[in-house]
Amino acid sequence: MLIIGAGPTGLFAVFEAGLLKLKCHLIDALPQPGGQCAEIYPKKPIYDIPAFPEVLAGDLVDNLMEQIRPFEPGFTLGERAETIEKLEDGSFVVTTNEGTEHHAPVVVIAGGLGSFEPRKPPITNISKYENKGVSYMIKEPEDYRDKRVVIAGGGDSALDWAIFLSDVASEVSLVHRRNEFRGALDSVEKVSELAKEGKINMITEAEVVGLKGDDHLESVVIRHKGEASEEEIKETDHFIPLFGLSPKLGPIANWGLEIEKNAIKVDNSYDYQTNIPGIYAIGDVNTYPGKLKLILCGFHEAAIMCQSAYQRIFPDKKYVMKYTTVSGVSGFDGSKKEAKREVVKSIN
Amino acid sequence: MSDIKITIIDREGHAHQVDAPTDMNMNLMEVIKMHELAPEGTIGICGGMAMCASCQCYIQNKEHLMPEKGYEEEDMLDQAFFVEDNSRLSCQIHIEKELDGLEVKIAPYNAD
Repeated sequence: MLIIGAGPTGLFAVFEAGLLKLKCHLIDALPQPGGQCAEIYPKKPIYDIPAFPEVLAGDLVDNLMEQIRPFEPGFTLGERAETIEKLEDGSFVVTTNEGTEHHAPVVVIAGGLGSFEPRKPPITNISKYENKGVSYMIKEPEDYRDKRVVIAGGGDSALDWAIFLSDVASEVSLVHRRNEFRGALDSVEKVSELAKEGKINMITEAEVVGLKGDDHLESVVIRHKGEASEEEIKETDHFIPLFGLSPKLGPIANWGLEIEKNAIKVDNSYDYQTNIPGIYAIGDVNTYPGKLKLILCGFHEAAIMCQSAYQRIFPDKKYVMKYTTVSGVSGFDGSKKEAKREVVKSIN
Repeated sequence: MSDIKITIIDREGHAHQVDAPTDMNMNLMEVIKMHELAPEGTIGICGGMAMCASCQCYIQNKEHLMPEKGYEEEDMLDQAFFVEDNSRLSCQIHIEKELDGLEVKIAPYNAD
């Protein structure tokens, strides 16, 4: 089974699949498993996981990783599922943005809120200048050597890049809507030092509201806060808005799946399958009447989905759901967990 | 039940006076969602952890009664768009009886 998204729901699906002797591979755009729980709020407590009065999100992920270890899941991390192709035999090939291809009879989307992508400022013609002067992240700092750069944003990445590029670019301007910056204290101090030295041109209480240029970006329009709302046109070679990341359904939205309320519609009365047979969606990424975006609901959906996926992969096999207390857990690594005999009481 | 009245101006500019319970441990974002005043998927995307700014609102009155902004909210507003001096993340505003008569306007949603 190929699982897109290695958050709690995707991870638990590995366990449920493992009980059915199905092996799983997970793809996730983040560099580590755990999804939001690991990336955004690992230190936040969660109080509504059954039988855990309180558990830190990061610990929940660690526990899930431990629980699925016997089933030896494969991971492709730091890559985003980009395209899907249905083959003649009904199986699928999913290709990532790095070109890694995965072939599986069943695809399970457990993508949560989606993949985290740079937030784009609402400037009407911004897409016209993408890769023609506008970039949302800095891949190759040398591209900015001896160029004029305008950075927008007030967080750590805006500050850090302003500091770094002040040695590379011919001119660095930092535009931020407030006078205060909320980045790490030493970065804030360093930026104000560089501003005093004239190495960073600080433009605060202002925002970039327009872009100009024929083929390539030539200048940005900066609006200063205040009653007059005066606008300034600043010539530049590059504009780098750094406003953090926001979750997007991303390329999955173009896979031909029925989308409603920014989520993937599934049949909840049966098996959480999407409108494309063989593609399932579980956890926060799906929607159906009465949907609750809770981790515990994702776990439930994972268990139900696996039964259906098994039948799809092995249409001729009969299967009876087993209890782990009765059958134990047999890992693909040869490990076997089972209840000790003396634990079982006789019924008189 | 102890409800208060809140006026919420939706993204189309229509004002809605709604009841908000003070005894359900709710925040303003949840009240907006409860009354379906913004389409699902365009508000409270992160669930109310001050991580997405999709629930940004402009506080129209009673600003002095608003709770202080926490670090996470300030940080998020720095990354948000259409931010004004009276911008707040509605998920960070707990419904209290002092807020009876509050008026807020939902900020535009930036699909990008």
